[in-house]
Amino acid sequence: MVERLSLGPASVSELAKPLTMSLAAVVQHVQVLEACGLVRTQKVGRTRTCNINPAVLGSAEQWITNRRTEWERRLDRLGDFLAEDPANTDTPQEGTP
Amino acid sequence: MTERSVTHGTFTIDRSYPATPVRVFAAFTDANAKARWFCDPDDPQTDGYELDFRVGGGERFVSKHESATYRYESRYCDIVPDQRIVLTYEMYADDARMSVSVATVEITPDGAGAHLTYTEQGAFLDGIDKSEYREHGTRELLDKLGETL
Repeated sequence: MVERLSLGPASVSELAKPLTMSLAAVVQHVQVLEACGLVRTQKVGRTRTCNINPAVLGSAEQWITNRRTEWERRLDRLGDFLAEDPANTDTPQEGTP
Repeated sequence: MTERSVTHGTFTIDRSYPATPVRVFAAFTDANAKARWFCDPDDPQTDGYELDFRVGGGERFVSKHESATYRYESRYCDIVPDQRIVLTYEMYADDARMSVSVATVEITPDGAGAHLTYTEQGAFLDGIDKSEYREHGTRELLDKLGETL
């Protein structure tokens, strides 16, 4: 749903079309996305149009990217540490890799 | 006034090491060993790293940047020697809570070495970002560029 909305605004029924969910379930989903600020909706006549909130999507992606990068670096340093400190072991008979 | 928000995210990182699961696990249990890879050597003014490796115990470290003082606090929830560590951790910028995460480390034998899978599931609070992350990312890219030249 978020993927679809990142392409542009859509009505609730347009969002529901490719999904195997009831319209009521889609409405509920949209409400959850709206509550967490990811999506903004606007009702014009009988049609509710949904828009992605790009600021929030950006920060959601950014935080995962940042945290992942931090851990990638950590686990690379762990690899360096394991390579340079073979003394730190309970299994001195360990063979060469 | 802080605008309140929560975004959720999860990611997984896989690594294979030419070291036994026993050695990989040991790098998580000893404070001196863990500080050597866990704390970023580029982090300015990092106060001592504290580790109490047992279920109910935790870790703590503080790094002081110009923009803010960052604090990491964790609690160990599940420990299976040489196989699994599950912990929760919080990150703070000054005293504002940035995130609360569940982190799972799984270690399995992989030939003569070990395979490690790190999974983090987190709630990221109020959009508080660590500006230094961006610096790191850029520096890393420049380093990689340097290596290819």
